Amino acid sequence: MARISRAEVERVASLARLSLSDEEGDRLVREFESFLGYIDTLQEIDTAGVVPTAHPISLPTPTRPDEPEVAMDPDSAVANAPEAVASAFLVPKVIDTEAEG
Amino acid sequence: MAEGIGTLRELRAALDSRKTSSVEIVGGCLRRAEASQQSLRAFVGLRAEAALREAEASDARRERGEVRSPLDGLPIAIKDNMVQTGEPTHCASRILEGFVSPYTATAVAGLERAGVVVIGRTNMDEFAMGSSTEHSVEGPTRNPWDLDRTPGGSSGGSAAAVAARIVPAALGSDTGGSIRQPASFCGVVGMKPTYGRVSRWGLVAFASSLDQIGAFALTAADCAWVLEAIAGHDARDSTSIPEPAPAYSAALSGDLSGLRLGLPKEYFVSEGVDAGVLAVVREAVAGLERAGAKTLEVSLPYARYAIATYYSIANAEASSNLARFDGVRYGHRTAGAKGLTEMYCRTRSEGFGAEVKRRILLGTYFLSAGYYDAYYRKAQQVRTLLRGDFEQAFAGCDAIVTPTSPEVAFRLGEKTSDPLTMYLSDIYTVSANLAGIPALSTPCGFAHGLPVGLQILGPALDEATPLRIADAFQRITDHHTACPGGVS
Repeated sequence: MARISRAEVERVASLARLSLSDEEGDRLVREFESFLGYIDTLQEIDTAGVVPTAHPISLPTPTRPDEPEVAMDPDSAVANAPEAVASAFLVPKVIDTEAEG
Repeated sequence: MAEGIGTLRELRAALDSRKTSSVEIVGGCLRRAEASQQSLRAFVGLRAEAALREAEASDARRERGEVRSPLDGLPIAIKDNMVQTGEPTHCASRILEGFVSPYTATAVAGLERAGVVVIGRTNMDEFAMGSSTEHSVEGPTRNPWDLDRTPGGSSGGSAAAVAARIVPAALGSDTGGSIRQPASFCGVVGMKPTYGRVSRWGLVAFASSLDQIGAFALTAADCAWVLEAIAGHDARDSTSIPEPAPAYSAALSGDLSGLRLGLPKEYFVSEGVDAGVLAVVREAVAGLERAGAKTLEVSLPYARYAIATYYSIANAEASSNLARFDGVRYGHRTAGAKGLTEMYCRTRSEGFGAEVKRRILLGTYFLSAGYYDAYYRKAQQVRTLLRGDFEQAFAGCDAIVTPTSPEVAFRLGEKTSDPLTMYLSDIYTVSANLAGIPALSTPCGFAHGLPVGLQILGPALDEATPLRIADAFQRITDHHTACPGGVS
Protein backbone atom coordinates (compact mmCIF):
# COMPACT_ATOMS: atom_id res chain seq x y z
CA MET A 1 0.00 0.00 0.00
CA ALA A 2 1.36 3.35 -1.00
CA ARG A 3 1.17 5.85 1.80
CA ILE A 4 3.36 8.42 0.13
CA SER A 5 3.32 9.61 -3.46
CA ARG A 6 6.04 10.97 -5.65
CA ALA A 7 4.26 14.35 -5.55
CA GLU A 8 4.37 14.31 -1.72
CA VAL A 9 8.10 13.64 -1.75
CA GLU A 10 8.54 16.53 -4.21
CA ARG A 11 6.50 18.80 -1.93
CA VAL A 12 8.69 17.92 1.06
CA ALA A 13 11.83 18.48 -1.04
CA SER A 14 10.59 21.92 -1.98
CA LEU A 15 9.99 22.75 1.71
CA ALA A 16 13.56 21.59 2.45
CA ARG A 17 14.98 23.57 -0.47
CA LEU A 18 16.30 20.47 -2.20
CA SER A 19 15.82 19.56 -5.84
CA LEU A 20 15.70 15.87 -6.70
CA SER A 21 16.67 14.03 -9.85
CA ASP A 22 14.13 11.51 -11.22
CA GLU A 23 16.23 8.68 -9.94
CA GLU A 24 16.51 10.25 -6.46
CA GLY A 25 12.77 10.91 -6.35
CA ASP A 26 11.90 7.29 -7.18
CA ARG A 27 14.36 5.93 -4.67
CA LEU A 28 13.11 8.25 -1.92
CA VAL A 29 9.50 7.16 -2.41
CA ARG A 30 10.61 3.57 -1.73
CA GLU A 31 12.73 4.61 1.25
CA PHE A 32 9.93 6.71 2.76
CA GLU A 33 7.59 3.72 2.46
CA SER A 34 10.04 1.43 4.18
CA PHE A 35 10.90 3.88 6.96
CA LEU A 36 7.35 5.08 7.65
CA GLY A 37 6.26 1.45 7.79
CA TYR A 38 8.92 0.79 10.41
CA ILE A 39 8.11 3.75 12.66
CA ASP A 40 4.42 2.93 12.54
CA THR A 41 5.17 0.63 15.48
CA LEU A 42 5.06 3.76 17.67
CA GLN A 43 1.33 4.08 16.94
CA GLU A 44 0.61 0.92 18.98
CA ILE A 45 1.71 2.72 22.18
CA ASP A 46 -0.93 4.53 24.21
CA THR A 47 0.64 7.94 24.88
CA ALA A 48 -2.52 9.73 26.03
CA GLY A 49 -1.54 12.27 28.67
CA VAL A 50 2.22 11.61 28.35
CA VAL A 51 4.22 14.84 28.45
CA PRO A 52 6.60 15.02 25.45
CA THR A 53 10.35 15.18 26.17
CA ALA A 54 12.07 18.02 24.32
CA HIS A 55 15.31 17.75 26.28
CA PRO A 56 16.46 14.80 28.36
CA ILE A 57 17.92 16.79 31.24
CA SER A 58 15.57 19.40 32.68
CA LEU A 59 17.29 22.70 33.35
CA PRO A 60 15.74 26.10 33.88
CA THR A 61 16.45 28.48 31.00
CA PRO A 62 19.63 30.22 32.10
CA THR A 63 19.84 33.99 32.05
CA ARG A 64 22.81 36.32 32.13
CA PRO A 65 23.21 39.98 33.05
CA ASP A 66 22.19 42.26 30.17
CA GLU A 67 25.65 43.66 29.62
CA PRO A 68 27.27 44.34 26.24
CA GLU A 69 30.04 41.94 25.25
CA VAL A 70 32.58 42.02 22.45
CA ALA A 71 31.09 40.09 19.55
CA MET A 72 32.87 38.59 16.56
CA ASP A 73 34.26 41.36 14.35
CA PRO A 74 32.45 41.81 11.01
CA ASP A 75 35.50 40.90 8.91
CA SER A 76 35.78 37.50 10.57
CA ALA A 77 32.03 37.00 10.32
CA VAL A 78 32.02 37.39 6.53
CA ALA A 79 35.43 35.81 5.87
CA ASN A 80 33.83 32.47 4.90
CA ALA A 81 31.11 33.94 2.68
CA PRO A 82 31.08 32.77 -0.95
CA GLU A 83 30.41 36.45 -1.83
CA ALA A 84 30.62 39.45 0.44
CA VAL A 85 31.10 43.19 0.20
CA ALA A 86 32.40 45.08 3.24
CA SER A 87 30.51 43.48 6.14
CA ALA A 88 27.54 42.29 4.07
CA PHE A 89 26.74 38.87 2.59
CA LEU A 90 25.95 39.09 -1.13
CA VAL A 91 23.11 36.96 -2.52
CA PRO A 92 21.45 36.74 -5.94
CA LYS A 93 18.64 39.23 -6.53
CA VAL A 94 15.56 38.42 -4.51
CA ILE A 95 13.19 40.55 -6.59
CA ASP A 96 13.13 41.08 -10.36
CA THR A 97 13.36 37.33 -10.88
CA GLU A 98 10.83 34.55 -11.06
CA ALA A 99 8.29 34.42 -8.25
CA GLU A 100 10.00 33.38 -5.06
CA GLY A 101 8.54 30.89 -2.62
CA MET B 1 55.67 -3.76 12.38
CA ALA B 2 54.94 -0.10 12.96
CA GLU B 3 55.64 1.12 16.46
CA GLY B 4 52.30 2.27 17.90
CA ILE B 5 51.74 4.87 20.57
CA GLY B 6 51.27 4.01 24.24
CA THR B 7 48.54 5.16 26.62
CA LEU B 8 48.27 8.74 27.83
CA ARG B 9 49.49 7.61 31.25
CA GLU B 10 52.53 5.86 29.76
CA LEU B 11 53.35 8.95 27.70
CA ARG B 12 52.95 11.19 30.76
CA ALA B 13 55.42 9.03 32.69
CA ALA B 14 57.88 9.08 29.76
CA LEU B 15 57.69 12.88 29.61
CA ASP B 16 58.09 13.28 33.37
CA SER B 17 61.14 11.01 33.41
CA ARG B 18 62.64 12.87 30.42
CA LYS B 19 62.71 9.72 28.28
CA THR B 20 61.00 11.61 25.47
CA SER B 21 59.67 15.03 24.52
CA SER B 22 56.33 16.31 23.32
CA VAL B 23 57.95 17.17 19.98
CA GLU B 24 59.07 13.56 19.61
CA ILE B 25 55.66 12.15 20.58
CA VAL B 26 53.72 14.53 18.31
CA GLY B 27 56.17 13.97 15.44
CA GLY B 28 55.60 10.22 15.74
CA CYS B 29 51.81 10.69 15.63
CA LEU B 30 52.07 12.84 12.50
CA ARG B 31 54.32 10.28 10.78
CA ARG B 32 52.00 7.39 11.62
CA ALA B 33 48.95 9.40 10.56
CA GLU B 34 50.47 10.13 7.16
CA ALA B 35 51.77 6.59 6.66
CA SER B 36 48.36 5.07 7.46
CA GLN B 37 46.26 7.35 5.29
CA GLN B 38 46.34 5.16 2.21
CA SER B 39 45.18 2.06 4.05
CA LEU B 40 42.90 3.54 6.77
CA ARG B 41 41.93 7.09 5.77
CA ALA B 42 41.30 7.93 9.44
CA PHE B 43 42.13 11.63 8.94
CA VAL B 44 40.74 14.39 6.76
CA GLY B 45 43.39 16.94 7.71
CA LEU B 46 46.57 17.24 9.76
CA ARG B 47 47.91 20.39 11.39
CA ALA B 48 51.56 19.34 11.32
CA GLU B 49 53.25 22.72 11.70
CA ALA B 50 50.93 24.08 14.37
CA ALA B 51 51.05 20.81 16.31
CA LEU B 52 54.87 20.70 16.35
CA ARG B 53 54.98 24.36 17.39
CA GLU B 54 52.56 23.66 20.26
CA ALA B 55 54.61 20.60 21.25
CA GLU B 56 57.74 22.77 21.41
CA ALA B 57 55.91 25.25 23.62
CA SER B 58 54.82 22.40 25.89
CA ASP B 59 58.38 21.10 26.15
CA ALA B 60 59.49 24.60 27.13
CA ARG B 61 56.78 24.76 29.81
CA ARG B 62 57.94 21.45 31.24
CA GLU B 63 61.54 22.71 31.36
CA ARG B 64 60.31 25.70 33.36
CA GLY B 65 58.25 23.51 35.69
CA GLU B 66 54.98 25.03 34.46
CA VAL B 67 53.12 21.91 33.33
CA ARG B 68 49.45 22.83 32.94
CA SER B 69 47.81 19.44 33.44
CA PRO B 70 48.55 15.70 33.21
CA LEU B 71 47.74 16.00 29.50
CA ASP B 72 50.18 18.85 28.77
CA GLY B 73 52.17 18.02 25.62
CA LEU B 74 50.16 14.90 24.77
CA PRO B 75 48.57 14.47 21.32
CA ILE B 76 44.91 14.06 20.41
CA ALA B 77 42.79 14.01 17.25
CA ILE B 78 39.40 15.68 16.92
CA LYS B 79 36.41 14.78 14.78
CA ASP B 80 35.81 16.96 11.72
CA ASN B 81 32.68 18.51 13.28
CA MET B 82 34.38 20.51 16.06
CA VAL B 83 35.77 23.93 15.24
CA GLN B 84 39.17 25.38 16.10
CA THR B 85 40.22 28.92 15.24
CA GLY B 86 42.04 29.14 11.91
CA GLU B 87 41.43 25.48 11.07
CA PRO B 88 39.07 23.95 8.48
CA THR B 89 35.93 22.08 9.62
CA HIS B 90 34.00 20.28 6.87
CA CYS B 91 31.89 17.62 8.62
CA ALA B 92 33.10 15.39 5.75
CA SER B 93 30.67 17.29 3.53
CA ARG B 94 31.04 19.13 0.27
CA ILE B 95 28.71 21.85 1.53
CA LEU B 96 31.31 23.08 4.04
CA GLU B 97 34.21 23.05 1.59
CA GLY B 98 36.59 25.93 2.21
CA PHE B 99 35.23 26.73 5.68
CA VAL B 100 37.87 27.94 8.13
CA SER B 101 36.61 28.58 11.64
CA PRO B 102 36.78 32.03 13.24
CA TYR B 103 36.29 30.51 16.71
CA THR B 104 37.11 27.48 18.86
CA ALA B 105 34.70 24.92 20.31
CA THR B 106 34.54 24.97 24.12
CA ALA B 107 35.62 21.31 24.34
CA VAL B 108 38.63 21.98 22.10
CA ALA B 109 39.45 25.12 24.12
CA GLY B 110 39.46 22.87 27.21
CA LEU B 111 42.10 20.68 25.57
CA GLU B 112 44.16 23.73 24.58
CA ARG B 113 44.02 25.05 28.16
CA ALA B 114 45.28 21.70 29.40
CA GLY B 115 48.21 21.90 26.96
CA VAL B 116 46.95 19.08 24.72
CA VAL B 117 48.22 19.15 21.12
CA VAL B 118 45.55 18.63 18.45
CA ILE B 119 47.30 16.85 15.56
CA GLY B 120 44.42 16.78 13.09
CA ARG B 121 40.81 16.18 12.22
CA THR B 122 39.32 12.70 11.79
CA ASN B 123 37.01 11.29 9.14
CA MET B 124 33.31 10.78 9.84
CA ASP B 125 29.95 10.13 8.22
CA GLU B 126 28.78 13.38 6.66
CA PHE B 127 27.31 15.58 9.43
CA ALA B 128 27.67 12.56 11.75
CA MET B 129 24.79 10.80 9.98
CA GLY B 130 25.71 7.16 9.67
CA SER B 131 27.02 4.08 11.44
CA SER B 132 29.96 3.16 9.20
CA THR B 133 31.99 6.28 8.15
CA GLU B 134 31.15 5.34 4.56
CA HIS B 135 29.04 8.49 4.03
CA SER B 136 32.08 10.79 3.83
CA VAL B 137 32.93 13.04 0.91
CA GLU B 138 36.55 12.00 1.52
CA GLY B 139 35.77 8.31 1.10
CA PRO B 140 35.39 5.65 3.83
CA THR B 141 37.65 4.99 6.79
CA ARG B 142 38.66 1.34 7.13
CA ASN B 143 38.79 -0.81 10.24
CA PRO B 144 42.40 -1.45 11.39
CA TRP B 145 41.41 -5.00 12.38
CA ASP B 146 40.21 -5.86 8.87
CA LEU B 147 40.60 -3.38 6.03
CA ASP B 148 37.56 -4.81 4.23
CA ARG B 149 35.34 -3.78 7.14
CA THR B 150 34.00 -0.48 8.42
CA PRO B 151 35.26 1.04 11.67
CA GLY B 152 31.65 1.85 12.59
CA GLY B 153 30.44 5.40 12.71
CA SER B 154 29.90 8.14 12.65
CA SER B 155 33.14 8.85 14.59
CA GLY B 156 34.93 6.07 12.70
CA GLY B 157 38.07 8.09 11.96
CA SER B 158 38.61 8.83 15.66
CA ALA B 159 38.06 5.19 16.65
CA ALA B 160 40.36 3.85 13.91
CA ALA B 161 43.10 6.38 14.74
CA VAL B 162 43.17 5.25 18.38
CA ALA B 163 42.82 1.54 17.56
CA ALA B 164 45.76 1.73 15.11
CA ARG B 165 47.80 3.44 17.86
CA ILE B 166 48.26 6.55 15.69
CA VAL B 167 47.11 8.74 18.59
CA PRO B 168 46.47 7.79 22.22
CA ALA B 169 43.09 9.57 22.34
CA ALA B 170 40.54 11.38 20.20
CA LEU B 171 37.33 13.36 20.55
CA GLY B 172 34.13 12.19 18.93
CA SER B 173 30.47 13.10 19.06
CA ASP B 174 27.63 10.73 19.89
CA THR B 175 24.03 11.41 18.83
CA GLY B 176 22.81 7.80 18.73
CA GLY B 177 25.93 5.73 19.36
CA SER B 178 28.49 7.47 17.15
CA ILE B 179 31.25 7.12 19.78
CA ARG B 180 30.31 3.79 21.39
CA GLN B 181 29.58 1.70 18.27
CA PRO B 182 32.90 2.57 16.52
CA ALA B 183 34.72 2.06 19.84
CA SER B 184 33.17 -1.41 19.94
CA PHE B 185 34.02 -2.20 16.28
CA CYS B 186 37.63 -1.00 16.69
CA GLY B 187 38.37 -2.42 20.16
CA VAL B 188 38.95 0.82 22.07
CA VAL B 189 37.24 2.69 24.93
CA GLY B 190 34.68 5.32 23.97
CA MET B 191 32.41 7.32 26.24
CA LYS B 192 29.41 9.56 25.73
CA PRO B 193 28.89 11.57 28.94
CA THR B 194 25.52 12.75 30.28
CA TYR B 195 23.73 15.10 27.88
CA GLY B 196 24.93 18.61 28.77
CA ARG B 197 28.10 17.50 30.56
CA VAL B 198 30.35 18.71 27.71
CA SER B 199 29.43 21.97 26.01
CA ARG B 200 28.09 21.73 22.45
CA TRP B 201 29.36 25.23 21.61
CA GLY B 202 31.44 24.82 18.45
CA LEU B 203 30.14 21.32 17.68
CA VAL B 204 28.30 21.46 14.35
CA ALA B 205 24.71 20.62 15.31
CA PHE B 206 23.04 17.43 14.05
CA ALA B 207 20.25 16.70 16.56
CA SER B 208 20.45 19.23 19.35
CA SER B 209 18.57 17.30 22.05
CA LEU B 210 20.75 14.20 21.51
CA ASP B 211 24.26 15.42 20.50
CA GLN B 212 27.05 15.04 23.03
CA ILE B 213 30.84 15.26 22.72
CA GLY B 214 32.90 12.49 24.28
CA ALA B 215 36.25 10.75 24.13
CA PHE B 216 38.07 7.71 22.74
CA ALA B 217 41.14 6.28 24.48
CA LEU B 218 42.99 3.00 25.02
CA THR B 219 41.97 2.72 28.68
CA ALA B 220 39.12 3.92 30.90
CA ALA B 221 41.63 5.81 33.03
CA ASP B 222 42.87 7.72 29.97
CA CYS B 223 39.30 8.41 28.92
CA ALA B 224 38.69 9.91 32.39
CA TRP B 225 41.63 12.28 31.91
CA VAL B 226 40.32 13.57 28.61
CA LEU B 227 36.78 13.99 29.94
CA GLU B 228 38.10 15.98 32.91
CA ALA B 229 39.66 18.41 30.41
CA ILE B 230 36.53 18.91 28.28
CA ALA B 231 33.62 18.65 30.77
CA GLY B 232 32.11 21.43 32.82
CA HIS B 233 29.68 24.31 32.61
CA ASP B 234 29.68 26.69 29.65
CA ALA B 235 27.45 29.76 29.62
CA ARG B 236 27.49 29.67 25.80
CA ASP B 237 25.44 26.45 25.75
CA SER B 238 22.03 26.90 27.37
CA THR B 239 21.76 23.11 27.88
CA SER B 240 25.12 22.90 29.66
CA ILE B 241 24.90 21.37 33.16
CA PRO B 242 25.85 24.08 35.67
CA GLU B 243 28.49 22.04 37.51
CA PRO B 244 32.29 21.90 37.26
CA ALA B 245 33.93 18.84 35.66
CA PRO B 246 33.85 15.95 38.16
CA ALA B 247 37.15 14.38 39.28
CA TYR B 248 36.61 11.13 37.39
CA SER B 249 40.12 9.77 37.94
CA ALA B 250 39.60 9.86 41.71
CA ALA B 251 36.66 7.46 41.33
CA LEU B 252 38.75 4.70 39.70
CA SER B 253 39.17 2.58 42.81
CA GLY B 254 39.23 -0.81 41.11
CA ASP B 255 36.66 -1.96 43.67
CA LEU B 256 33.41 -3.49 42.46
CA SER B 257 32.26 -5.09 45.71
CA GLY B 258 28.58 -4.54 46.36
CA LEU B 259 28.03 -2.92 42.96
CA ARG B 260 24.60 -3.74 41.50
CA LEU B 261 24.66 -4.38 37.74
CA GLY B 262 21.36 -4.43 35.87
CA LEU B 263 20.99 -6.74 32.87
CA PRO B 264 18.03 -5.70 30.68
CA LYS B 265 16.07 -8.85 29.98
CA GLU B 266 15.04 -7.44 26.59
CA TYR B 267 18.70 -7.31 25.49
CA PHE B 268 19.97 -10.64 26.78
CA VAL B 269 17.99 -12.75 24.34
CA SER B 270 19.35 -14.56 21.33
CA GLU B 271 17.04 -12.74 18.90
CA GLY B 272 18.60 -9.92 16.91
CA VAL B 273 22.13 -10.31 18.26
CA ASP B 274 25.07 -12.33 16.96
CA ALA B 275 25.55 -15.46 19.11
CA GLY B 276 29.31 -14.93 19.28
CA VAL B 277 28.87 -11.35 20.48
CA LEU B 278 26.35 -12.37 23.15
CA ALA B 279 28.61 -15.17 24.43
CA VAL B 280 31.55 -12.76 24.83
CA VAL B 281 29.36 -10.22 26.62
CA ARG B 282 27.99 -12.89 28.98
CA GLU B 283 31.55 -13.96 29.81
CA ALA B 284 32.46 -10.32 30.54
CA VAL B 285 29.48 -10.05 32.91
CA ALA B 286 30.64 -13.24 34.64
CA GLY B 287 34.07 -11.64 35.05
CA LEU B 288 32.51 -8.59 36.71
CA GLU B 289 30.58 -10.91 39.05
CA ARG B 290 33.80 -12.71 40.01
CA ALA B 291 35.26 -9.28 40.82
CA GLY B 292 32.50 -8.62 43.34
CA ALA B 293 29.62 -7.12 41.36
CA LYS B 294 26.10 -8.46 41.86
CA THR B 295 23.86 -8.82 38.85
CA LEU B 296 20.11 -8.54 38.65
CA GLU B 297 17.56 -8.54 35.87
CA VAL B 298 16.04 -5.19 34.92
CA SER B 299 13.42 -4.39 32.31
CA LEU B 300 13.28 -1.66 29.67
CA PRO B 301 9.87 -2.38 28.14
CA TYR B 302 9.99 0.57 25.73
CA ALA B 303 13.51 -0.22 24.48
CA ARG B 304 12.14 -2.01 21.44
CA TYR B 305 10.72 1.31 20.24
CA ALA B 306 14.04 3.12 20.64
CA ILE B 307 15.14 3.06 16.99
CA ALA B 308 11.79 4.30 15.67
CA THR B 309 11.72 7.01 18.35
CA TYR B 310 15.31 8.00 17.77
CA TYR B 311 15.13 8.31 13.99
CA SER B 312 11.91 10.33 14.20
CA ILE B 313 13.43 12.85 16.61
CA ALA B 314 16.95 12.93 15.17
CA ASN B 315 15.77 13.47 11.58
CA ALA B 316 13.33 16.21 12.60
CA GLU B 317 16.03 18.07 14.53
CA ALA B 318 18.54 17.54 11.70
CA SER B 319 16.19 18.99 9.09
CA SER B 320 15.89 22.11 11.22
CA ASN B 321 19.60 22.40 12.07
CA LEU B 322 20.81 21.84 8.50
CA ALA B 323 18.59 24.63 7.14
CA ARG B 324 21.50 26.96 7.92
CA PHE B 325 23.58 25.54 5.07
CA ASP B 326 22.23 27.72 2.29
CA GLY B 327 25.27 29.02 0.39
CA VAL B 328 25.04 32.50 1.94
CA ARG B 329 27.42 32.67 4.90
CA TYR B 330 29.92 29.85 4.40
CA GLY B 331 30.83 26.82 2.34
CA HIS B 332 29.75 25.76 -1.11
CA ARG B 333 27.59 27.96 -3.36
CA THR B 334 26.30 26.83 -6.74
CA ALA B 335 27.46 28.77 -9.79
CA GLY B 336 25.18 30.93 -11.92
CA ALA B 337 21.83 30.63 -10.11
CA LYS B 338 19.36 33.26 -11.30
CA GLY B 339 17.32 33.81 -8.13
CA LEU B 340 17.67 33.25 -4.40
CA THR B 341 15.46 30.16 -4.15
CA GLU B 342 17.22 28.54 -7.07
CA MET B 343 20.55 29.32 -5.40
CA TYR B 344 19.40 27.65 -2.14
CA CYS B 345 18.04 24.56 -3.89
CA ARG B 346 20.99 23.98 -6.17
CA THR B 347 23.59 24.73 -3.48
CA ARG B 348 21.99 22.28 -1.05
CA SER B 349 21.38 19.60 -3.68
CA GLU B 350 25.00 19.78 -4.84
CA GLY B 351 26.46 20.12 -1.35
CA PHE B 352 24.72 17.35 0.65
CA GLY B 353 25.27 13.63 0.12
CA ALA B 354 22.49 11.06 -0.28
CA GLU B 355 22.19 10.04 3.39
CA VAL B 356 22.00 13.65 4.60
CA LYS B 357 19.33 14.47 2.00
CA ARG B 358 17.34 11.40 3.02
CA ARG B 359 17.34 12.46 6.67
CA ILE B 360 16.55 16.12 5.94
CA LEU B 361 13.57 15.02 3.84
CA LEU B 362 12.23 12.57 6.42
CA GLY B 363 12.69 15.18 9.14
CA THR B 364 10.98 17.86 7.09
CA TYR B 365 8.09 15.46 6.53
CA PHE B 366 7.76 14.73 10.27
CA LEU B 367 7.66 18.43 11.09
CA SER B 368 5.33 19.42 8.26
CA ALA B 369 1.71 20.44 8.76
CA GLY B 370 -0.55 17.47 9.37
CA TYR B 371 2.23 15.05 10.39
CA TYR B 372 3.84 16.78 13.37
CA ASP B 373 1.59 15.21 16.02
CA ALA B 374 1.61 11.75 14.45
CA TYR B 375 5.39 11.53 14.16
CA TYR B 376 7.43 14.11 16.02
CA ARG B 377 5.21 14.68 19.05
CA LYS B 378 4.46 10.95 19.30
CA ALA B 379 8.18 10.17 19.34
CA GLN B 380 8.79 12.81 22.03
CA GLN B 381 6.09 11.16 24.16
CA VAL B 382 7.62 7.70 23.71
CA ARG B 383 10.93 9.31 24.68
CA THR B 384 9.35 10.24 28.01
CA LEU B 385 8.26 6.62 28.54
CA LEU B 386 11.75 5.35 27.69
CA ARG B 387 13.31 7.79 30.16
CA GLY B 388 10.89 6.38 32.73
CA ASP B 389 12.17 2.86 31.98
CA PHE B 390 15.69 3.92 32.88
CA GLU B 391 14.62 5.83 36.00
CA GLN B 392 12.85 2.73 37.22
CA ALA B 393 15.77 0.45 36.37
CA PHE B 394 18.30 2.70 38.11
CA ALA B 395 16.16 2.71 41.25
CA GLY B 396 17.39 -0.86 41.76
CA CYS B 397 20.88 -0.90 40.26
CA ASP B 398 24.02 1.26 39.97
CA ALA B 399 24.75 0.60 36.30
CA ILE B 400 23.32 -1.30 33.35
CA VAL B 401 25.38 -3.51 31.04
CA THR B 402 24.51 -4.57 27.49
CA PRO B 403 26.32 -5.43 24.28
CA THR B 404 27.35 -2.16 22.56
CA SER B 405 26.38 -3.48 19.14
CA PRO B 406 24.44 -6.57 18.07
CA GLU B 407 27.30 -7.52 15.74
CA VAL B 408 30.99 -7.16 15.04
CA ALA B 409 32.26 -4.73 12.38
CA PHE B 410 30.39 -5.28 9.14
CA ARG B 411 31.89 -5.18 5.64
CA LEU B 412 32.26 -2.01 3.60
CA GLY B 413 29.22 -1.67 1.36
CA GLU B 414 27.26 -4.34 3.28
CA LYS B 415 24.54 -1.97 4.49
CA THR B 416 24.77 1.11 2.29
CA SER B 417 22.03 -0.07 -0.08
CA ASP B 418 19.46 -0.50 2.71
CA PRO B 419 19.35 2.50 5.08
CA LEU B 420 16.94 0.84 7.51
CA THR B 421 19.30 -2.11 8.06
CA MET B 422 22.06 0.39 8.84
CA TYR B 423 19.78 2.19 11.34
CA LEU B 424 19.00 -1.07 13.16
CA SER B 425 22.67 -1.56 14.03
CA ASP B 426 22.21 1.25 16.61
CA ILE B 427 19.66 -0.76 18.61
CA TYR B 428 21.60 -0.83 21.91
CA THR B 429 23.09 2.66 21.78
CA VAL B 430 20.31 5.12 20.89
CA SER B 431 18.45 4.69 24.21
CA ALA B 432 21.23 6.42 26.17
CA ASN B 433 20.91 9.49 23.94
CA LEU B 434 17.12 9.52 24.23
CA ALA B 435 17.38 9.28 28.03
CA GLY B 436 20.37 11.66 28.19
CA ILE B 437 22.37 9.25 30.37
CA PRO B 438 26.12 8.50 30.25
CA ALA B 439 27.32 5.33 28.53
CA LEU B 440 30.63 3.88 27.44
CA SER B 441 31.92 0.94 25.44
CA THR B 442 34.94 -1.03 26.60
CA PRO B 443 36.63 -3.93 24.76
CA CYS B 444 35.48 -7.27 26.22
CA GLY B 445 36.81 -9.89 23.82
CA PHE B 446 36.58 -11.12 20.26
CA ALA B 447 33.99 -12.84 18.10
CA HIS B 448 34.76 -13.97 14.54
CA GLY B 449 38.27 -12.57 15.10
CA LEU B 450 36.93 -9.03 15.59
CA PRO B 451 36.55 -6.85 18.71
CA VAL B 452 33.37 -6.88 20.81
CA GLY B 453 32.35 -4.00 23.06
CA LEU B 454 30.62 -4.12 26.44
CA GLN B 455 28.32 -1.15 26.96
CA ILE B 456 28.04 0.23 30.51
CA LEU B 457 25.33 2.79 31.21
CA GLY B 458 25.03 4.94 34.32
CA PRO B 459 22.27 7.16 35.72
CA ALA B 460 22.21 10.81 34.64
CA LEU B 461 25.22 12.83 35.87
CA ASP B 462 27.07 9.69 36.98
CA GLU B 463 29.85 9.10 34.43
CA ALA B 464 32.08 7.99 37.32
CA THR B 465 30.36 4.64 37.87
CA PRO B 466 30.66 3.34 34.26
CA LEU B 467 34.29 4.57 34.20
CA ARG B 468 35.04 2.82 37.50
CA ILE B 469 33.52 -0.45 36.23
CA ALA B 470 35.41 -0.28 32.92
CA ASP B 471 38.66 0.52 34.75
CA ALA B 472 38.15 -2.37 37.17
CA PHE B 473 37.37 -4.67 34.24
CA GLN B 474 40.59 -3.59 32.51
CA ARG B 475 42.57 -4.44 35.66
CA ILE B 476 41.40 -8.08 35.45
CA THR B 477 41.37 -8.52 31.65
CA ASP B 478 43.67 -7.63 28.77
CA HIS B 479 41.22 -7.25 25.85
CA HIS B 480 41.91 -3.50 25.72
CA THR B 481 45.63 -4.12 25.15
CA ALA B 482 45.08 -6.20 21.98
CA CYS B 483 46.51 -4.49 18.88
CA PRO B 484 45.39 -4.93 15.30
CA GLY B 485 47.90 -6.65 12.98
CA GLY B 486 50.69 -4.43 11.68
CA VAL B 487 50.83 -2.41 14.91
CA SER B 488 52.94 -3.22 17.96
